[in-house]
Amino acid sequence: MGGAQGKTRRGYARPLDLTRGRVDLTHGSGGRAMAQLVEELFARFLGNEYLGQGNDGAVLPAPMLEGRPGRLVLSTDCHVVSPLFFPGGDIGCLSVHGTLNDVAMMGATPLYLAAGFILEEGYALGDLARIVESMANAARAAGVPVVAGDTKVVERGKGDGVFITTTGVGVLPLGLELGGGRARPGDAVLVSGSIGDHGVAIMSKRENLTFDAPIESDTAALHGLVAAMLATCTDLRCLRDPTRGGLAATLNEIAAQSGVGMMLQERAIPLKPVVAAACELLGLDPLNVANEGKLIAICAPADAPRLLAAMRAHPLGQDAALIGVVIADDHHFVQLTTAFGGRRIVDWLAGDQLPRIC
Amino acid sequence: MKYIDEFRDGDLARNLAQNIVAAAEPGRTYSFMEFCGGHTHAISRYGLVDLLPRNLRMVHGPGCPVCVLPIGRIDMAIDLALTRGAILCTYADTLRVPASGGMSLMKARAGTGGSCADVRMVYSTRDALQVARDHPRREVVFFAIGFETTTPPTALAIQQAQSEGLSNFSVLCCHVLTPAAIRTILQSPETEQGPAVAIDGLIGPAHVSTVIGSRPYEFVAAEFHKPVVIAGFEPLDLMQAILMLVRQVNAGRAEVENEFSRAVSREGNLKAQARVAEVFELRREFEWRGLALVPHSALQIRAQYAAFDAERRFQLEYRFVPDNKACECGAILRGVKRPQDCAIFGSVCSPENPVGSCMVSSEGACAAHYGYGRYQDRH
Repeated sequence: MGGAQGKTRRGYARPLDLTRGRVDLTHGSGGRAMAQLVEELFARFLGNEYLGQGNDGAVLPAPMLEGRPGRLVLSTDCHVVSPLFFPGGDIGCLSVHGTLNDVAMMGATPLYLAAGFILEEGYALGDLARIVESMANAARAAGVPVVAGDTKVVERGKGDGVFITTTGVGVLPLGLELGGGRARPGDAVLVSGSIGDHGVAIMSKRENLTFDAPIESDTAALHGLVAAMLATCTDLRCLRDPTRGGLAATLNEIAAQSGVGMMLQERAIPLKPVVAAACELLGLDPLNVANEGKLIAICAPADAPRLLAAMRAHPLGQDAALIGVVIADDHHFVQLTTAFGGRRIVDWLAGDQLPRIC
Repeated sequence: MKYIDEFRDGDLARNLAQNIVAAAEPGRTYSFMEFCGGHTHAISRYGLVDLLPRNLRMVHGPGCPVCVLPIGRIDMAIDLALTRGAILCTYADTLRVPASGGMSLMKARAGTGGSCADVRMVYSTRDALQVARDHPRREVVFFAIGFETTTPPTALAIQQAQSEGLSNFSVLCCHVLTPAAIRTILQSPETEQGPAVAIDGLIGPAHVSTVIGSRPYEFVAAEFHKPVVIAGFEPLDLMQAILMLVRQVNAGRAEVENEFSRAVSREGNLKAQARVAEVFELRREFEWRGLALVPHSALQIRAQYAAFDAERRFQLEYRFVPDNKACECGAILRGVKRPQDCAIFGSVCSPENPVGSCMVSSEGACAAHYGYGRYQDRH
């Protein structure tokens, strides 16, 4: 099957068994079983006028801004996460939020999504339905339809249950230019809220750790927050969501792209006590831990107070904070003044985060 | 975070820093070795050097379990997984340590060089036992590394395996001993690689000392006339211990003091020591990276548990492999060189492509300096 999905067959002998049924190889082989999976599972949750056309691709109107064709932003993101269901979300809503956020970090308003699924033979259809329903809910809440999709099935042992790739299209407001290469010495560095929630939620679940206060993933679609920020501050330099590699990786990326350094204040970086405690236990540095509902904003120093106020006024930016400044530095080091008053580098993570031995 | 925030209080730290500056006599220098990689990490992570007076220098010691493993031991583990078909279970950092021929356990796992090794990262010996239970038809070997902190869990795992009759489980024992390494460093004469390390005092390990107690360090004061202060891993612990060392040096005292009294006693954890003694005995000698062959510095599995000893079970032979010539890990582990003194630091050797073991573990001196402190080098 390729492209958009539709009502290709009617009247299957038996409906899909979402209680006990499993993905099998026929669900990916292009026959009736696959058409049934598409109709009874994917179209049931994700269906809309574009998917319903059942063509190889979706025909979309070009976005117009003030009578002129707008510039498009296109972004794609592959999602592989273990476990597939975690506190605060699952791979379904994550795959929607992840791509919407990439589009939003360019300053664009997301318009459409496409989704590709790689399913492993033997995966429970009921769980797949939960994932697709969660995806549909996330897309609906964001106001962005999934207009095209594709499914493949791989043999048992050749996948990890479900992999989802999503692609998003958005339209950029006139005149807006954001980019990782635009940070300048003196600029302010802001973060929209507490860091490390997503990564710690995933790792706690993997390690079967429970805490008095539950740790939930922060997975969320940030385009609403971005719209509120753009309405206040038109001279934003850069937005970026600190996902894999955490705040440290994202700030190092921007420092390298812009040819600058940064000086952060450890005390200013928002961190939930329970996340800090879990990081202690697991031997992680929260600065390296993934987020799925946070953004970093870099703006001219004069804009910082207004931008911070706008972020804090939005439900997804209540804990926003000014965490540091951009400085001139030929080495492009991201540095941190520790809560202790000492200084250190905030480096990229080397390899994986690993627990201490002794 | 209760019991943690109290030991990271910035105001208290500044107070302590002022006390250290006030106590340090301007006319003299102070060199203190933090033996343990956990302390090395904390010093870099919290930027403690910025709070210390210029005439006080911290020298990194060899207390990093991954760093002191010689190449030959990693080769044995790779051999088990790659050519003997065993499932090798190991603590994480070990995966990236460079072995012979450009290999590492990570590369063996990915299939570099043809076949794939079954190497699994575990968080504890319990995980390794579970792997053995889950794969009764496979040989499962736990690659046991670390100082006295990690030794009691290995002893328990071997006893557990015996009581369950888990006959497919064995241990490649590479457990090493802290006091023996300290003695070697204090005795080490000038070598062709550089002068002997001149240290005025030692910061004793935190977790290791919870097991062995403070008594095993008493020879440092008695025989070598150097003060020892056992310290916790939190930054305030370290600052307090440094102040205690400065005061001992000023007063001409050489005593074992215990800053980490909330967890360490003179006798240590007697139950854990008893378990270790049941299962392990001293090796005659063991090769350490940087310290060469050190007598009575490591443990081996007693004959009565021979069935669980991977070295006997697979008839493994240790083969000495020299370190890369350009790598200064050996001198750095002895405290005679600093990471930035190594010609390949940060260029050929980086955390992504480590040449020496000190660049691998976050407790290694090179990785700590690269990850947290290298901004200082440009001045």
